Amino acid sequence: MINELLFMNGYGIYVFSAFIFTLLSFASLYLVTKTQFVKEQNKFVAKFGSLNTDKAKSAKTQRINKEILANASNN
Amino acid sequence: MKNQFVNPGFLVNHIRPLTPWCGGIAILLVMIGLWFSFYNSPIDYQQGNAVRIMYVHVPAAWISLGIFSSITLLSISGFVFKNKNLFLISKSLAPSGFVFNIIALVTGAIWGKPTWGTWWAWDARITSMLILALFYAMYLISWRIYRSEEKVFKITTFITILGIVNIPIIKYSVDWWNTLHQPASINILSKSSIHSSMLFPLLIMTAAFALFSLLIFLMKYNTEMIKIKNKGLDRL
Repeated sequence: MINELLFMNGYGIYVFSAFIFTLLSFASLYLVTKTQFVKEQNKFVAKFGSLNTDKAKSAKTQRINKEILANASNN
Repeated sequence: MKNQFVNPGFLVNHIRPLTPWCGGIAILLVMIGLWFSFYNSPIDYQQGNAVRIMYVHVPAAWISLGIFSSITLLSISGFVFKNKNLFLISKSLAPSGFVFNIIALVTGAIWGKPTWGTWWAWDARITSMLILALFYAMYLISWRIYRSEEKVFKITTFITILGIVNIPIIKYSVDWWNTLHQPASINILSKSSIHSSMLFPLLIMTAAFALFSLLIFLMKYNTEMIKIKNKGLDRL
């Protein structure tokens, strides 16, 4: 049963390599995108931390900024 | 009100919470799709088990074509209505479209070896898919090369307008020319020649791939928004 599934009458190597290539591409795309996202988020948090009180207060009035900071602290 | 769907604030606040759901449902659908692809779908009377490659090859090709068409529509609309956010949406869609295009080409080559006896042929369908990959590459490279927004908007729109001409060529290449690639088995307007036992896993995998591309889009769009906010903090 297992041999039959893996060998697939000689087509197993083609079928599995196509599926493995697809799943690896998915994983790579996800990891690259996630890394870029985390990098930008960390850059934002670092920049926000270096702002003085007035500028930080003014930046915090924007909802998107607050959400980025909240998401960064959740990660 | 009518522009709220292309408003960055709306997209970030209302669509971002969907990100984990997209990921979770995409993984679940991939699992179900893999189960059907390997265990619960019949072998083809001519191609044998090699037909199972269809469950990754066809959805990847469909989605790469769909994404390129969307990018073109969004870029032209962004250019006409001077809406920067539409360009950001296009830019965020492109990486997954490109990867799906590469998946379609590579899995097609892997499928070609046992079916046609060759990895590659300069066949109309395969060549036009390769040309689409080149347009995707040009589009993505343009965003990296050009720093001026005005310039990059113009160039990327021009690339998509040139590239969209290729989409009907890809679709109808198997009808217009005598190709190694088989004609379409699924038609929306007429009766499909594919059996439901193969169509069902194909649709499941397509839904999974579409959700995965939505997940990547949402992550990429959020990254682009944070990049803009970073620039905004610099200006404070």
